[in-house]
Amino acid sequence: MTRVSFGDFVAGARANGTLVVQPRMGFGDPRRMREGLARTRAADAVTVGTLTLDSYTRVRDLVAARQALDDGVPLNGYPICTHPLETSRAVLNGIHTASFPVQVRHGSARPEHIVAALLALGLEATEGGPVSYCLPYGRTPLQEAVASWRRSCEMLARHTGDGRVPHVESFGGCMLGQLCPPAVLVAVAVLEGLFFTQHGLRSVSLSYAQQTSPEQDLEAVAALRLLAGELLGHVDWHVVLYTYMGVYPLSRGGALALLEAAARLAVASGASRLIVKTAAEAHRIPTIADNVEALETAARAAAEAPAPPRPRPADADSEVYAEARTLVHTVLGLHDDVGTALLTAFRRGLLDIPYCLHPDNAGRARSFIDRDGRLRWADTGALPLPRAAVSAARKVTSADLLAALSHVQRAYDHGGTP
Amino acid sequence: MNSTHGIHLPSVLITGTSSDAHTWNLIFLQLLLEEWGHDVINLGPCAPDELVLRSALEQRPDLLVVSSVNGHGHQDGLRLVRTLRGRPQLAATTMVIGGKLGTDGLRDLGQLRRLLDAGYDRVFDDGDVASFHALVSRLPVRAAS
Repeated sequence: MTRVSFGDFVAGARANGTLVVQPRMGFGDPRRMREGLARTRAADAVTVGTLTLDSYTRVRDLVAARQALDDGVPLNGYPICTHPLETSRAVLNGIHTASFPVQVRHGSARPEHIVAALLALGLEATEGGPVSYCLPYGRTPLQEAVASWRRSCEMLARHTGDGRVPHVESFGGCMLGQLCPPAVLVAVAVLEGLFFTQHGLRSVSLSYAQQTSPEQDLEAVAALRLLAGELLGHVDWHVVLYTYMGVYPLSRGGALALLEAAARLAVASGASRLIVKTAAEAHRIPTIADNVEALETAARAAAEAPAPPRPRPADADSEVYAEARTLVHTVLGLHDDVGTALLTAFRRGLLDIPYCLHPDNAGRARSFIDRDGRLRWADTGALPLPRAAVSAARKVTSADLLAALSHVQRAYDHGGTP
Repeated sequence: MNSTHGIHLPSVLITGTSSDAHTWNLIFLQLLLEEWGHDVINLGPCAPDELVLRSALEQRPDLLVVSSVNGHGHQDGLRLVRTLRGRPQLAATTMVIGGKLGTDGLRDLGQLRRLLDAGYDRVFDDGDVASFHALVSRLPVRAAS
């Protein structure tokens, strides 16, 4: 087939003024996985496909993945290392083509086995990162994740050429899904993008997940694009927006309204690609039909959204940009090797993810949702940022946490916006 | 140690399952149990079975809480409790599991029975804080040493 790389496909859609939409779909059963990809491709939208892997493959417990397949136990994603190569080839055959790139999404802190499997299938796009797939996701030491992601990026980069341009998306814009102040999300995404390019990637994407304030989200994506322009000018890059990744509305109307808000945010902020969420999100692992509905709903909302304004001069004055820029440059100043710099930064608390329980996270920073809906610092810990303006003395209770976690869900279930 | 009027409220070990990366459920449970006056150790997400076993043997909690929302809770929770109940030192420890335990969002009575048969004292539906509180408040307290 004529190859069109993941990055080129997204750039082509952007040149046409079309937002690319993408599901987070994955099934253990190969026939269902193939059907999911086929119906994503056939959806009334410009789409890219997703193979989301199961949790056992993510944590490299391939014995458990094998056992689940043997016992007929449903998996929460596609076990790419366990199904025979021919089976996976048959899943993709005739579907994964120049007009339909497929990305592998997994969540692994040590992904060499996954990278080897996707390369063997002729795939070349994946996502994650040494920080974003490690700290929120378990107990793998950050140092091991950095080493493993170095090797994984180098494995991918070796497959550059002959029309192949491997692509890695940073999951940094989604740390813990919710309640992380945007400056840290932007900084981690940019730093991971730089990490990927230092290890040979020539095409990357940087993520940002919709949070609690549309205005703050606009500032955050603008900050992400400004910093990427300043630091990643030598490679192909684009921004991918994730529909809200926190506690999702229970009602069908609320869930779809939140998705539409994400699609409009993607257009207004100049993101090139959108990861969708479905109306079933709060209740179960979404079906194929749930995903198709979400893709088409998002594409429709994006097409109806007004064209994005040119970047405003105010973008460079925003609080998010100022904080994110300070974080990025503080970390880059620690060492020429971005991986080493990231390790030092987390050890010293110069990067600190609120509420993240990982042993390598300082765990001193705390966030809250301010009255204007913005995520702000309750405690900046050792972050190189101005001290939080509010008092950090008040302890967050379980009720406060639950209220913050469900802030967006409540607003949309009641028919409003945050 | 948390001590109220000369008694120790039961100590609690909270953990996710080996394949479950979700964190907020664990943080919420920790805050809740601390507000109820308990000492809590939180192993966080993706705790391997061996780590849970080692922590349980070292800490000897009065209550072990397994929380899972990724859809593999039945499978992983079953394997974990068999490992834990295989140790005589943990035979009397109260062990419970709760959350979204299957991939389809439906209650599976067969799986529920298997979890109880394997050694859990209770299986909680997602969000059933009232029943959880009732169980926690009935745990025996110890005299302060």
